[in-house]
Amino acid sequence: MRRSFFRKNLVTALLLAPAALWLVVFLVLPFVAIAIFSVGERAPEGGYQAALTFAQYANLPARATAFWNTMVLAPIGALACLLVAYPVAYYLALRAPDRWRLILLAMIVIPFWTSLLMRTYAWMYILGGRGIPALLTYVGIEDLRLINTPGAVLLGIVYGYLPLMILPIYVSLERLDRRLLEASADLGATPLSTFLGVTLRLSLPGVMTGFSLVMILLLGEYLIPTLLGGGKVFFIGNALVDLFLQSRNWPFGSAIAITLVLVSVVVLIIANRISTRLSGARRVDLI
Amino acid sequence: MPKSYRDGLPISSDKFVDQLMRLKRGSISRRDFLGLTGLGLATAVMARELGIMPTPAHAAENLGDRMSIATWPNYHDPQTFENFKAETGVAVEVNVFGSNEEMLAKLQAGGSGWSLFVPTNYTISTYKKLGIIEPLDMAKLPNFDGKSEDARFTAEGTIDGTIYAVPKNWGTTGFAVNTKKLAKPMTSWKEFWDTAMAEADGRTMVHDYQLTTIGNALKYYGYSFNSLKQDELAKAEELLLKVKPHLFAVSSDYQPGMRAGDAWMTMCWTNDGAQLHRDVPEIAYVLGKEGGEIWTDFYAIPKDAPNKPAGYALLNYLMNPKVAVKEHLANGAPCTDARVNALLPKEVLDNPILYPAADLLKPLEFGAAATLTDPGRAELMARFKSA
Repeated sequence: MRRSFFRKNLVTALLLAPAALWLVVFLVLPFVAIAIFSVGERAPEGGYQAALTFAQYANLPARATAFWNTMVLAPIGALACLLVAYPVAYYLALRAPDRWRLILLAMIVIPFWTSLLMRTYAWMYILGGRGIPALLTYVGIEDLRLINTPGAVLLGIVYGYLPLMILPIYVSLERLDRRLLEASADLGATPLSTFLGVTLRLSLPGVMTGFSLVMILLLGEYLIPTLLGGGKVFFIGNALVDLFLQSRNWPFGSAIAITLVLVSVVVLIIANRISTRLSGARRVDLI
Repeated sequence: MPKSYRDGLPISSDKFVDQLMRLKRGSISRRDFLGLTGLGLATAVMARELGIMPTPAHAAENLGDRMSIATWPNYHDPQTFENFKAETGVAVEVNVFGSNEEMLAKLQAGGSGWSLFVPTNYTISTYKKLGIIEPLDMAKLPNFDGKSEDARFTAEGTIDGTIYAVPKNWGTTGFAVNTKKLAKPMTSWKEFWDTAMAEADGRTMVHDYQLTTIGNALKYYGYSFNSLKQDELAKAEELLLKVKPHLFAVSSDYQPGMRAGDAWMTMCWTNDGAQLHRDVPEIAYVLGKEGGEIWTDFYAIPKDAPNKPAGYALLNYLMNPKVAVKEHLANGAPCTDARVNALLPKEVLDNPILYPAADLLKPLEFGAAATLTDPGRAELMARFKSA
């Protein structure tokens, strides 16, 4: 009895070991290193020099604008993504013919096989002077500038993160019990109130999952604002890149990184709370 | 080598996957994508020509089969690395950067993997101080001839009589103007900044680089390009913050924007100015009459270089005047080596973008080592970018 219990635990432990090792090496250890860096000092030539000080954290207001820009961008970007993604997911789950569904899903996922960097670079050329503006000169619109505008950044974000929003919503809509829709109609609800009261309500876990996924990725975003926004709008991701690679103030960069992780965790908790409440006390996990 | 259908392809499938994976890994590094266009082209050309290359000659020393170089965008003739590979069997991976700070950061962090890199004059003393580079073994560089180098440009590679770095080329930092869009002639940094807020509103680019962006803002008031004085930097900051909403971009990758016509004016280095003017004749290169930066880029070998023999071999190869002349024709920056200048066509030597008049060169300043590590300038740049 005792022996088999031990054996069972050993098997479990062995099965979990690769994942645990992965987490320790690639998550816990770097995090500890960053935490140690964040209480250090910048060496005179840049880099890290050992110390025990909270000066880096006290200096956080120096990047307040970057935090603010990020806190505004992340929810707006996620919301824009949601508005585009929901109808697509709805069509896929409830309206698309069965034989097309798989093909349509594949078409949404396939662009993901290409690096976001390359796809964003492609947008740089589409929106740049030799792309759409060059075509528009034929209809008499001269010197139109699309690239390096807030609109271009928003477009890049929606384009880049759309699949991450569509898929969780699709999954929650697909599980929807169609009989509930019939029941709602039978009981006299209009299509709109059926949608709001049944479909939307039951898909909220998927919406919240997609929303928090996109939002968290946006909190660390820097590539799209740099490439499509001309590096003029400074997000916390840009601040981090500059602190590590330009001014080489690694301790300050580490303090910001730790703060960003904490903010992300808070956002996750809040998102989870909201979706638990909205979906009638059902627990919601990320994916 | 048997001929196969693959020989005619622009890039082999293995190379393509390599490239793709490298880009994927690099997608978190800010300026790796700068190299995307140039690097992609270089690899494509290299791979296409592979089929017609002679068998690599075997060198006396084991050079391995690959090495990595860190350099600047649009800075080399892709053919150079291809020929080097054909002669030595060593494939060169090119990493492209946008600032000296970033090169320093990678080297400070360790494990950069580079066997050769291209630092700018004012950074070399810091590299030496931090023990990142070591004296060059001149016995391994027979192609280098110190006597043919112009001492104006080579001084900072030698510290206390020891050679740590040898020059690649020199140049200036001015600005490029699309004269079709901005017809009014400009001659000064004052005009650059004023125009950025007026006729060139939304069409001006400045470097994502503290040395030149802050330095040229300092020139608006006639201060030193290298100033670290509080009050002068405060004035420069005031100007930068005022200009910020009018800018097209804060980026050191300005060629695509200028070529596409999205940007009409940009801070610009000699070699980019020459390339832009060569391909788009209406783009002019202007040196601010108040002054600004003059620079020399050097070759140095990191102490932790994984393949020093190949690093030396490539450096020696690049110091061959016959190779160097092709490099200069491709990248457009003026050369420090009299042997190379003797081989350059007259129209290159007469090009005022490359060899400006003496009175324009006179007020220019070499970057100062202190600006590289000064936290004040770094924070100023961060405030400018986040404004």
